[in-house]
Amino acid sequence: MSQAATTAGAAPAASVATSEQYNYAIIKRFAIAAVLWGVFGMAAGVWIASQLAFPFLNFDIAQITFGRFRPVHTTAVIFGFGGNALFATSYYVVQRTCQTRLWSDSMASFTFYGWNLALILGVITYMMGITQGREYAEFNWQIDIIILVVWVAYFMVFLMTLLRRNQPHIYVANWFFMAFILATALLHVFNNIQVPVGLFHPHSYSIFSGVQDAMTQWWYGHNAVGFFLTAAFLGMMYYFVPKQAGRPIYSYKLSIIHFWALVFLYMWVGAHHLHWTALPDWVSTLAATFSILLLLPSWGGMINGIMTLSGAWDKLRTDPIMLFLITALAFYGMSTFEGPMMSLKSVNALSHYTDWTVGHVHSGALGWVAMITFGSLYHLMPRLWNVNLYSLKLVYVHFFLATIGIVLYITAMWVAGIGQGLMLRAFDQYGNLAYTFTESVVFLHKPYVVRAIGGGFFLAGMLIMAFNIAMTVRSGIKAEAREAQAASTEARTA
Amino acid sequence: MKHESVETNAGLLIILTLAVISVGGLVEIVPLFYIDDTIEEVDGVRPYTPLEQRGRDIFVREGCYTCHSQMVRPFRDEMLRYGHYSLAAESQYDHPFQWGSKRTGPDLARVGGKYSNEWQVQHLIDPQSLVPESIMPGYPWLAETPLDYSDIDRRMVALKRVGVPYSLTEEEYEANVERFGEEHARMFDIRDAEDNLVRQAQAGNFDGNPGTVTEMDAMVAYLQVLGTMVDFSEYDDGHFAEFR
Repeated sequence: MSQAATTAGAAPAASVATSEQYNYAIIKRFAIAAVLWGVFGMAAGVWIASQLAFPFLNFDIAQITFGRFRPVHTTAVIFGFGGNALFATSYYVVQRTCQTRLWSDSMASFTFYGWNLALILGVITYMMGITQGREYAEFNWQIDIIILVVWVAYFMVFLMTLLRRNQPHIYVANWFFMAFILATALLHVFNNIQVPVGLFHPHSYSIFSGVQDAMTQWWYGHNAVGFFLTAAFLGMMYYFVPKQAGRPIYSYKLSIIHFWALVFLYMWVGAHHLHWTALPDWVSTLAATFSILLLLPSWGGMINGIMTLSGAWDKLRTDPIMLFLITALAFYGMSTFEGPMMSLKSVNALSHYTDWTVGHVHSGALGWVAMITFGSLYHLMPRLWNVNLYSLKLVYVHFFLATIGIVLYITAMWVAGIGQGLMLRAFDQYGNLAYTFTESVVFLHKPYVVRAIGGGFFLAGMLIMAFNIAMTVRSGIKAEAREAQAASTEARTA
Repeated sequence: MKHESVETNAGLLIILTLAVISVGGLVEIVPLFYIDDTIEEVDGVRPYTPLEQRGRDIFVREGCYTCHSQMVRPFRDEMLRYGHYSLAAESQYDHPFQWGSKRTGPDLARVGGKYSNEWQVQHLIDPQSLVPESIMPGYPWLAETPLDYSDIDRRMVALKRVGVPYSLTEEEYEANVERFGEEHARMFDIRDAEDNLVRQAQAGNFDGNPGTVTEMDAMVAYLQVLGTMVDFSEYDDGHFAEFR
């Protein structure tokens, strides 16, 4: 492992010109923000997981009770960790693949401050109890407007950069990023149509009610998964997997089919979150059908990513960054298989409302989204600062902690979800319910403890990554200072 | 058209992507506003009173939906555990909907009237004192915090804008009398919102503390009305099945 391992994390000999040709400063900021939000968001996750195992941890303090803190966790990991990582990687990928500098430094900078300001305000207001009560869209209406403005700026920066590319073709990763930007705008706007109580009042009421509101929210909710957490991260995948493997993408044709099929099909499937509810059956049947169809492009994409490594499989033995990227794709394949299965009405009857759903989300969020992000950031960081990664060994440690964490997490949630689902529908010999609801809660205790431990493992890996990256950045800053000093001495002697 | 023309033209890429991502939502969401059967005609469903609506606001504020659903599904076990399955009509005045997605605790769609006010208050303050195995957090501050109802009329005006039939004029009031009966119609009159709220809280004395109107009064008033508006004994067994 020794020799190859050291080259795996090494930066290419970048010339000084790279940092001037491209806007790396903005990417550095977003990348560091992603790591910080990751630590905070995952810590928040372990905290609320522990509250479910040991409810005294709510401490009767309103601001940190589960109900108010759960959106803090989801917002911090999805929009903080995931969102900042997407800004960082999309700005990097669009510059590298278009061979041009990012359009407007100040606009790009605005997206950084605007986005993170919105998130910080979100976290504070949730704890104060200001929320729209819509999952993954809890931001109140004023913050929604900030997000919209930031998003338009993001679209502008991305589009204008595409338009001044020095390459005739727009690389496939950028299609996915563009679809993600467009779809997120569409979803954000239509799911947040609210009538405020007053201009300076934090509260508002959704323009829709009941069944239409539910449909709109889960059209949003599932496509937050489909576009924010999938399409965009596929953009990441289509750049960083071939780069790290040093090979071209397996099939260009497959990526075309993958792209169009995925963006078309995803928008239909949200209603599978509403099976057996008061939503009309025809919508839910359509959603289930399209969910099954969605398996095809999902696996097409997974195969495209994994097969990129064909002929270079030995890299898995020597390169921990590759290990992250390929494991991410494996989890992507697994959760995009599990998802369509759970969208079958008969399976959903058991799985819905239980922890199976929570486990499924996390096999996607930890296994796919976080793993591909870790791999991409480990690839990115040394290149941004033009130094070697501080420690490849720690990347291995991170990988194993993360993998153990995920396995503990999802198996605990399978046990919890399927167990509770079966208990709640069990009848005794007289046709009465066999268990009270409370008995199922008692049953959940052990899986909840295991889940919290699994989350702890994952968080520990994240902390190691933060340390590794902090040390890498430090040596990068030192090297920069040395160079600057050398340059000034040179100037003086001349 | 060769795919290459999309790959070399950002404008075309954007237009085609927008077209492709719009179809699903258009086909599945838009008809829900036009197909009459989406929401059943049913007697009894009415808007929330000012006090109940404030309770609902607190329900949303505390994130109760992260652990409790409000949607009984049409299964035998759920019917035995919770009652008749939920109708679309029953959440037609819910802005936002609170169907939820997870049952860490039981469904609440029909919790109204199942427990006494005293039980609800005690349970919200300290759930483990009544259900030792419960993992629900305590909400003691609800009983200690006076309810802020200074903006109740503005809240109701906002709700009226999104379609809840609260009344601001005499005509609207008369229409509500016709539709919901005089007793309810008076409760839906925005002009008397504050008086109505205080009167209901004092008459109901939900929190056992008649002196002040607390957040607990509103919360319990809301919980106690959940799922009680429709009298299912008035309908045949198969009546609602045809709407599904």
